[in-house]
Amino acid sequence: MLSRGKSLARPFFPAIVAKMGSTEQITTALEAWAKTKFGSNAVVQGLKRLSGGASQETWAFETANDERKHPLILRRAPGGKEAARSSEAIGLAMEADLLSHAAKAGVPVPPVLGVFEAGSDLGQAFIMDRIHGETLGRKILRDEEFAQARPLLASQCGDALARIHSIPTEALPTLPVSDGLSQLAKYETIYRSFDLPRPVFELAMSWLKANAPEPLPVVLIHGDFRLGNLMVSEQGLTSVLDWELAHLGDPREDIAWLCVNSWRFGQSEKRVGGFGDLPELLKAYAEAGGAQFSPRDIDWWEMLGSLKWGIMCMIMYQAYRSGADPSVERAAIGRRVSETEIDLVNLLEGVRSHA
Amino acid sequence: MHDAPSTAELVEAVKRFIDDTASPQLTGHAAFHARVASNVLATILRELEQRPHAEQEEKARLLALLNAEPDTPLDTLNRDLCERIRKGDMDLSTTGLLEHLKTTTIAQLSVDQPRYSGLALALQSRG
Repeated sequence: MLSRGKSLARPFFPAIVAKMGSTEQITTALEAWAKTKFGSNAVVQGLKRLSGGASQETWAFETANDERKHPLILRRAPGGKEAARSSEAIGLAMEADLLSHAAKAGVPVPPVLGVFEAGSDLGQAFIMDRIHGETLGRKILRDEEFAQARPLLASQCGDALARIHSIPTEALPTLPVSDGLSQLAKYETIYRSFDLPRPVFELAMSWLKANAPEPLPVVLIHGDFRLGNLMVSEQGLTSVLDWELAHLGDPREDIAWLCVNSWRFGQSEKRVGGFGDLPELLKAYAEAGGAQFSPRDIDWWEMLGSLKWGIMCMIMYQAYRSGADPSVERAAIGRRVSETEIDLVNLLEGVRSHA
Repeated sequence: MHDAPSTAELVEAVKRFIDDTASPQLTGHAAFHARVASNVLATILRELEQRPHAEQEEKARLLALLNAEPDTPLDTLNRDLCERIRKGDMDLSTTGLLEHLKTTTIAQLSVDQPRYSGLALALQSRG
């Protein structure tokens, strides 16, 4: 009986303690850091959890001393520990490292002000500047506030991508390497494990295999460069966020991911993120030192992107199907797979007419 | 069996309860999930109306495309289609394949997400 009681209690206690203590503990740890950074009279205020991401916590706070306030962001492993992460996600320390490399290359990113190891009072975490801007795709594409910014974004994204792809890979920490066909193989394996036949996916996969372009030398890939992870102000792109899926790969992957129709938020006619035209992005990309690509070079990768997002939706639905997450939201996302199916059909029609 | 209220009437009643009574009293995460739940019920209403006919048509197209026995279940037909595409027996150049997939996906999306931009694009290119 005793051992049974113990095993039941074990999962609860740390969770309760973590919940009770976390805001207070984090504030204390942040204040200790702020005093070394901004002087002994610095205080921490307004600590607020922004997102409950599965692999990372994001908190907003500010430090203040007599002279000024400093709005900041804390990115932190859940509970400060390196917990179960998505197999693809890189660690926080590496993400902070990449942000510094990106800043040196002239990519708009928030400056990193502090990095903390597991075992520190904050746990594994880093602190960066809180940049002014909007990340919600629908607002960026529709709100009057961003009317001046929208025409600038395609060029700015092309410039930022060229700079990311130009960062010398020898200087970087060890990152996962994945090219187009290895990603296709990985997602195909996941798709087949669900045993949910989707003829459109089959046709897209067989076309992708038969028409794979020659791989290019690998470069640093952001891995999730799309609306949602781009901070935009009235002046345009102010920050490239969320480097969790960074890896080494083909530069066309990043360009195409931004073009996937799922991130155009209804503005299908603008291939780049629902805000811009691809030739404009590619021109800025080449002018900033990137390779010369034509829009046709991006087609294969855009199809791979739509397929990947479709299978990611199946993965999220699988969480419902398996009983791991019984929420209505996880069930409903299974009915978004058909969005990527129609995108794939439209893309397949396009490549057939070019053939 | 009785059909008054019908399945659609019952679903409509629950959807109205969520939209008019429950949702306004909810905030944050619960409000978000209530909105998703309401959307799911709208999907169910479209499905009740459209699935029988859409599946009948899908099956007729598959029987012709695969030259299969008329009593073959729809799931078997789709598995067979997947297998043939996977093996390379059918591809983008197969007469009628992409057209069949387009019609099926248009029908699926008309139930799942009728306002998705890709659907409008597909319908437009169909003319």
